[in-house]
Amino acid sequence: MAAVQMSEAEKVYIMHGVQDDLRVDGRGCDDYRHMEIETDVVSNTSGSARVKLGLTDILVGVKAEMGRPKLEKPFEGCLEFFVDCSANATPEFEGRGGEDLGTEIANTLYRVFDNGCSIDLKTLCICPMEHCWTLYVDVLLLQCDGNLFDAISVAIKAALFNTRIPKVQMIEDEEGTKEIELSDDPYDCMRLDVENVPCIVTLCKIGHRHVVDATLQEKACSMASLLVAVTKKGTITCVRKVGGGSLDPESVFEMIETGKRVGKALHTPLQEILRKEESLGKKRRKVGFLG
Amino acid sequence: MAADMRLAAARKRAPGSLVSQDESKHLVAPGDVITTDTGFMRGHGTYTEDEKLMASVAGEVERVNKLICVRPLKTRFNGEVGDVVVGRITEVQQKRWKVETNSRLDSVLLLSSVNLPGGELRRRSSEDELAMRDYLQEGDLISAEVQSVFADGALSLHTCSLKYGKLGQGVLVQVSPSLVKRRKTHFHNLLCGASIILGNNGYVWIYPTPAQQDEEAGGFFTSTEPVPLCDREVISRLQNCILALSAHKVLLYDTSVLYCYESSLAHQIKDTLKPEVMEEIVMETRQRLVEQEG
Repeated sequence: MAAVQMSEAEKVYIMHGVQDDLRVDGRGCDDYRHMEIETDVVSNTSGSARVKLGLTDILVGVKAEMGRPKLEKPFEGCLEFFVDCSANATPEFEGRGGEDLGTEIANTLYRVFDNGCSIDLKTLCICPMEHCWTLYVDVLLLQCDGNLFDAISVAIKAALFNTRIPKVQMIEDEEGTKEIELSDDPYDCMRLDVENVPCIVTLCKIGHRHVVDATLQEKACSMASLLVAVTKKGTITCVRKVGGGSLDPESVFEMIETGKRVGKALHTPLQEILRKEESLGKKRRKVGFLG
Repeated sequence: MAADMRLAAARKRAPGSLVSQDESKHLVAPGDVITTDTGFMRGHGTYTEDEKLMASVAGEVERVNKLICVRPLKTRFNGEVGDVVVGRITEVQQKRWKVETNSRLDSVLLLSSVNLPGGELRRRSSEDELAMRDYLQEGDLISAEVQSVFADGALSLHTCSLKYGKLGQGVLVQVSPSLVKRRKTHFHNLLCGASIILGNNGYVWIYPTPAQQDEEAGGFFTSTEPVPLCDREVISRLQNCILALSAHKVLLYDTSVLYCYESSLAHQIKDTLKPEVMEEIVMETRQRLVEQEG
């Protein structure tokens, strides 16, 4: 990730601030920056969302394509993630520079969603062992200002909420050949249940305390971070440690507790916002990228 | 503790009535025709095409007698002799440091242009050269003045005064260089309890007011004492105010920063990051500035 150079005195100032629960921009250790969310920004996808967290800008597009189910899971659809770090974010991502970070984020997302309850993949099955819906979730990093994982997970949840998959029916002929029929109404769609989709909370250890939603400057002062993926009910789907420093078991336990608390509190305003946006319906003025 | 989430909203135009101006400013975008009169000399930010004078950057047209130039809003820092800058050391080379000052080329700080600790005036020896990293390392912040401009446009800095030197604990805010108003002094000890250095290059340094003026010459000693909580609150509030002013393109100088700080006292520090609160604070500041001028 783009690292920012800092002097020792600045790092000392930030660390002492975190000890006193007053960060550089006045937030407490558990406060997020303000987030702007908009769905349905890309017209040729099944669902899309754009999230701005401070200066971090993430665009997620979900495309539903028909494919074959996996051999070991014949009754389920699939979810594929791809993360593209665009050179817009920093010059370091030019060419293949952003590939490492992209694959790291994509692997984390696979781990977060690799359980039976986040997304009910059985609803994506059309014909067992033959046809199923594969959801390709593409994440585009437009600007990097710290805390990528949180913004990406919120954007994925919003995009999945916005995804509309056309309803299909399997029709069997007299000869036994199966045909897939698409309904005539283009608005006749199936929606996904995103109640249990988790949100990732990144906790950075600075000094003896940990902070949520670290900026790039705060990230430069921390040696280790913990990623916790939490659902609305408080279930943890994935815990991952990043960074070169070490964490002792007590602080890991404390950070997981904070992550659970903060993560649970993220889902309610997100659901409200998404419902509010949907209720605006056709009246909603799309802001997009030129607003 | 609840995260503040909201739907994306389009940016609103600032109401024209609040901006005090005698005649409307001539604002241009790249490709706009400035004039078709051929009698003018063209300055920075312009080019000629088919007998017409066109703008190559987005900004305001300035006319001095026969010279027309366009002053862009968002630009790299173009240094003049005597400008106060805040910069970050990027490299330590033989007998000089390279300083990043938001200009097109890295600025140069020669070893002979810094104050040695103890205030001694002597020739720099090879031992001084080897000990350069003890004075200033990569990543350190300094305040300096522009001594001269090299032929290729790089700036040569110096810290030959007690007020310049290495910066200690504080917060750096980066804004566009065109938003920092040129004044007689750029070092301010604000009444609210913190001090501020408004670098001409757009780097603003906010730091706690030192308790007593240090006798240490050269200013290479930085303390790692924890800054008290009341000072921290003032510094955080000032940082958010400066970000709000720069987001709404208000010129930064000590009065505007102080007015903005006073308007922001009505809100909690972390609320001043929200767009609607920022807008409210900046509107009040603009009004007070207009009243003060009028």
